[in-house]
Amino acid sequence: MTTTFKHIRNIALATAFAAAGLTSAQAADKVKVGFMLPYTGTYASLGNAITNGFKQYVAENGGKLGGREIEYYTVDDESDPAKATENANKLVKRDKVDLLVGTVHSGVALAMAKVARENKTLLIVPNAGADEITGPLCAPNVFRSSFSAWQPSYAMGEVMAKKGIKKVVTVTWKYSFGLQSVEGFKEAFSKAGGKVEKDMTLPFPNVEFQPFLTEIASIKPDAVFVFFAGAGAAKFVKDYAAAGLNKTIPLYGPGFLTDGNLDAMGDAGKGVQTTLHYADSLDNPKDKSFRLAYVKAYKQQPDVYAVQGYDAAQLYQAGLAAAGGDASKQDVVIKGMEAAKIDSPRGAFTLSKAHNPVQDIYLREVQGGQNKVISTAVKSLADPARGCKL
Amino acid sequence: MDFASFLIQTLNSLQYGLLLFLVASGLTLVFGIMGIINLAHGSFYMIGAYLAFVLASATGSLFMAILLGIPLALIFGAFLEWALFAHLYKRDHLEQVLLTFGLILIFEELRSLLVGDEVHGVDIPAMFSGSIQLSEVLSYPVYRLVISGVCIVLAVALYFVIQRTRLGMMIRAGNHDRTMVEALGININMIYRVVFALGVALAALAGMLASPISSVFPNMGSHVLIISFVIVVIGGIGSVWGALAAALIVGFADTFGKVLLPELSGMVVYIVMAGVLLWRPEGIFKKG
Repeated sequence: MTTTFKHIRNIALATAFAAAGLTSAQAADKVKVGFMLPYTGTYASLGNAITNGFKQYVAENGGKLGGREIEYYTVDDESDPAKATENANKLVKRDKVDLLVGTVHSGVALAMAKVARENKTLLIVPNAGADEITGPLCAPNVFRSSFSAWQPSYAMGEVMAKKGIKKVVTVTWKYSFGLQSVEGFKEAFSKAGGKVEKDMTLPFPNVEFQPFLTEIASIKPDAVFVFFAGAGAAKFVKDYAAAGLNKTIPLYGPGFLTDGNLDAMGDAGKGVQTTLHYADSLDNPKDKSFRLAYVKAYKQQPDVYAVQGYDAAQLYQAGLAAAGGDASKQDVVIKGMEAAKIDSPRGAFTLSKAHNPVQDIYLREVQGGQNKVISTAVKSLADPARGCKL
Repeated sequence: MDFASFLIQTLNSLQYGLLLFLVASGLTLVFGIMGIINLAHGSFYMIGAYLAFVLASATGSLFMAILLGIPLALIFGAFLEWALFAHLYKRDHLEQVLLTFGLILIFEELRSLLVGDEVHGVDIPAMFSGSIQLSEVLSYPVYRLVISGVCIVLAVALYFVIQRTRLGMMIRAGNHDRTMVEALGININMIYRVVFALGVALAALAGMLASPISSVFPNMGSHVLIISFVIVVIGGIGSVWGALAAALIVGFADTFGKVLLPELSGMVVYIVMAGVLLWRPEGIFKKG
């Protein structure tokens, strides 16, 4: 009885393997794209938005990029830097992807960039803003479709100085993205003659802000520049309003402060101004058609992360098209990507020498549960790419 | 720091400390009395916050959410004890860690499937939504003071139940010598079930109360879990008073650490913990 069963099982297994072999043989003529993104944990919704955006562009393009069909490979990076190298190697060495796309968390993205450099795999970073990726650690095969930490914060420094603000206090989590944001802000703000009275930091992901609010009330600065994101940002904005500080000391920050968490903030967010490369009411036809199609396909509103995923696909399309669809001609693909002018929902952008978008940064204000554009804070802002030798 | 700021910071410390006590008290009860290392305690805090969000959205009131949420948490706690934890008392700590760590993953995944991964806010009940003007630019939200009040009431109630009631006596006796208590005809399994359900309900209540000020978000339990263990260790395992004292110490250390030693703010709490343990290796209120 058991032997018969084993026999049947073996046949079944053999058939299954044969079938698997068949599909992988067919897959050889498809271009392999590997998503290494967070699909669980705090950043899961960002990972999904990026994936959706990418696939939307591919769908608009007839299911192809550069005339070639796409086969997707997916790894959940769990936003865990400790597993990053191993996870990236799964896609690079095991699945042998032509393009690696990822990720949200900067620490994980830095490890991915290292793997990509060592294996000469093409990498597009669709979110992580660590300055290093297109700075000291830049590489010919590493691209970014999002932003550097420096960009929105630098723009905010200019905006605040122009408003006549002189005395500022900064608050952020003490980790690299927060500190780089504050540095970028201070660079522009100090250059314009502003003075930072005090930099306050707390360890990530601590959200007990009350002591800082008391400090701010006793320092009485003209304004507060703050970097937080997600739930922590929602809590900060709510605590700030609950302490009554928003009535006398306006709050400013890079756009992550009010992105994806406006519902959680409720009324407390009203009037907070932020800078980012995207906003909810951009008046351009590309954004309108993008948003319509996204809502239709995924039954939810797109956000900046979906745009970054969408543009990652556009960027690769430009490269593959230049190489006539041959992903193995990496030099040509890279040249095509470098020369691309991306017609993004955020407004058209090109890439800097270090492969970071040269893009408009918008000043937005929270109105009626949306990040409405007020003006363009800085036009075509390029990251300084300090330490990059490209 | 001027005197007014000092006073406000003291208020901040007390308020933070009391909220921490609420979370840690359940942990110290379960750990001290039942000998269970419950890593899933932070998850119960998270579940409480999500219950508050879901029930408050459905009923339109945080009061109703809490009134419905507490019995649900008690039932859930009793069920978990019956289904899982009851099998662990005679096993070693490593197996408890394994089970409760597994529970963290399961609860987070269920949360993701049922409610999603977005950040949510819960409205402060209208009658507590005001604030008190403390200085020229700073005011203090009434709701935070209400939370502190609830925490103080619960601390006193817990003390009363454990020290002055028959149930409390059985709990203390069970903690001391399980076999003897059984020999005296007391149903120790029922006692444990009650204690565990109470621990879950305390953590869930803390999550529900904190939800309007902390927002509701994935993995919100993990930070609370670490700080709760710090409090349990500083206070002395199983001591409710110890947990209260330790929670206040942590509240003060964290608040003043952030203001006075910003460079070390992440470490101050742990430095205090190391100091206390050098002085009293079994915590401040070690059991006699």
